[in-house]
Amino acid sequence: MSSTTITYREAVREGLREALRADPRTFLMGEDVGHYGGCFAVSKGLLAEFGGERIRDTPLSEATFVGAGIGAALGGVRPIVEIMTSNFSLLALDQIVNTAATLCHMSGGQFPVPLVIRIATGVGRQLAAQHSHSFEGWYAHVPGMRIVTPATVDDARGMLAPALASPDPVLIFEAISLYNMEGELTPGAASGDLDHARVMRPGRSLTMVTYSASLWRGLEAATTLASEGIEAEVIDLRTLRPLDTATILASVQRTHRLLVVDEGWRSGGISAEILARVAEQGFYDLDAPPARVCTEEVPIPYPRHLEEAALPNAARIVLAARELAGHAR
Amino acid sequence: MPVDFRLPALGADMESATLVEWRIRPGDRVRRGDVVGAVETDKGVIDIEAFDEGVVRELVVAPGTRVAVGAVLARFEGAGTREAAPPAAPAPAAPPSAQPAATAAAPVAAPAGPVPLKGAGRRRVSPAARARASQLGVTLEALEGTGPDGAISLADVEQAAAKLPAPAGGHSMQEAIAAAMSRSKREIPHYYLSLTADFGQAAAWLEAYNARVPVTGRLLYAALVLRAVARAAHEIEGFNGHFVDGSFRPGAAVHLGVAIALRGGGLVAPAILDAESKPLAALMADFRDLAMRARAGRLRAREFAAPTITVTSLGEIGVDTVFPVIHPPQVAMVGVGSLVRRPWVIGDTVVARPVLTLSLAGDHRVTDGRRGAQFLDRIRALIEDPEAS
Repeated sequence: MSSTTITYREAVREGLREALRADPRTFLMGEDVGHYGGCFAVSKGLLAEFGGERIRDTPLSEATFVGAGIGAALGGVRPIVEIMTSNFSLLALDQIVNTAATLCHMSGGQFPVPLVIRIATGVGRQLAAQHSHSFEGWYAHVPGMRIVTPATVDDARGMLAPALASPDPVLIFEAISLYNMEGELTPGAASGDLDHARVMRPGRSLTMVTYSASLWRGLEAATTLASEGIEAEVIDLRTLRPLDTATILASVQRTHRLLVVDEGWRSGGISAEILARVAEQGFYDLDAPPARVCTEEVPIPYPRHLEEAALPNAARIVLAARELAGHAR
Repeated sequence: MPVDFRLPALGADMESATLVEWRIRPGDRVRRGDVVGAVETDKGVIDIEAFDEGVVRELVVAPGTRVAVGAVLARFEGAGTREAAPPAAPAPAAPPSAQPAATAAAPVAAPAGPVPLKGAGRRRVSPAARARASQLGVTLEALEGTGPDGAISLADVEQAAAKLPAPAGGHSMQEAIAAAMSRSKREIPHYYLSLTADFGQAAAWLEAYNARVPVTGRLLYAALVLRAVARAAHEIEGFNGHFVDGSFRPGAAVHLGVAIALRGGGLVAPAILDAESKPLAALMADFRDLAMRARAGRLRAREFAAPTITVTSLGEIGVDTVFPVIHPPQVAMVGVGSLVRRPWVIGDTVVARPVLTLSLAGDHRVTDGRRGAQFLDRIRALIEDPEAS
């Protein structure tokens, strides 16, 4: 089988289609997922293919339809709930954190919640502060659920099936800015692995830990750095909870330097957690203070140039990496 | 009366030195002959002693600074003026600041006042660099940092280690060995195993091999032993690597340390790098080269730092079994006794065979006797059948 070029959006849709075909208990629900085909056109065509029972438009109330999803999961079916943006997911925070993540634990394991929630996250193109934030790091703080962040078309397609198979709630954060990205599907890549980070580019000068849309900015920066003799080892975390600390530490053991690139904010973010773990468990391997490039601590601005300036863009990553590798100029 | 403490000439040809460390602080009392610090000269790190008695008032030069012979390193308050200064201090826990006394009693001394030593805080050293420095025996105080914010980095330490003079025989080496061996016996729970290998087949194989090659390419039996240890250490986990920060870190390759006695006394154990992948001829060449350079004092720092397991042999002087002391942070050492002819039972017959007693000192934090026995037995098998390995 030859490899296929596909957009991230199509890859997500392909994953949905496979899941809906594989298990009659699976259904998709959310705002505008049916007739409109999804706010980001991810579920376009699925209503015609699978019918209104399995592709359900919901009222504009995140708390209601996430709660309904929890009930459905408890009732024995396999709901996939779509939330339009990371920002809007906060309206369902009570259902997600106080109910979905806790019921299994509060019932002594009697009531697992096999719920999958897909959430579009991060900046798109000028969607302003109420539609552009990245809250996956926040959710990664909460025990009782799994947080995954596909960055590649393989993961966009392949992470849904194992998420549905998980007895715990799984939140899949899809990067809005990646929906149009094209990539090649690797034949047979859907391994179902939700546990491990992946080294996307090997290098010996520093370890660059990143995930989701930032991965591609990191890889772009790594190319520039390589032309200056700085070899960044770029790691795609893939899953934010549970965090694959072993892969990070093994890389830091080789490079002795850590740079985290995160589209979330710096204070109290997932980047802080990664730095803390390396400081705790890899202290004697470090040859320089660990560094971070995060989104500036402002609500994401609307104007294009300010939005771009707020993000951890390749230029900022290159500067930070140079300093870290002792090549500042 | 203030007395200047100047850098003495510690040899006829000495022009300057780098201050490595102070062992005194302002306020300390020193007597003639007290060691007050250390400097590094071309000859090595040397302690410097006070020539006068007094109380340290000021350290003029910071560690890491290169100064000429005769330059003022520190100022002492002479014994004569001391009595006026502290007349039964009134406050019990007053900070040892000389400020008020200095301005009141000695106006002339004001400019020289209590200047806080620059860089009195901790030097910036990366955690990895600090760990490596202690492993390589590099003194951090004299290093120039090139890392972020001028911190001493891993590269700085490794560069400094490369410039370290090869330890010559004598006093400092004896001290280094004493320190390493004390640490070993303090920290490493050793266990010992030994067995005797039949060297008959190997001896015949060696003879045949050596008959085929030119004289310079001939193998000593040691090469077979080294190869067997390197391969076994590569195959069986738990003997090749370092025990650091509470856990065993397996070595990626086998850097095989070889204990070499020096003519002037003393002992070094530099490494044959990547020994597990080297053919016999290369091992032999490396071993000869190491022994020669060790005795000429021309070893490289990397060869010192590298060993992941060491072999020691006392066979030449008739020892049957060696009970080695592991060199930390390594976790095993293999001892090789004399190659001697002994009565040996083959089938129901007693025959004279060349035999070799192998011993193992293992670190019980990493492996146990059972695993050690497998390791030693594997070495034996590899030695007894040189063709197979």
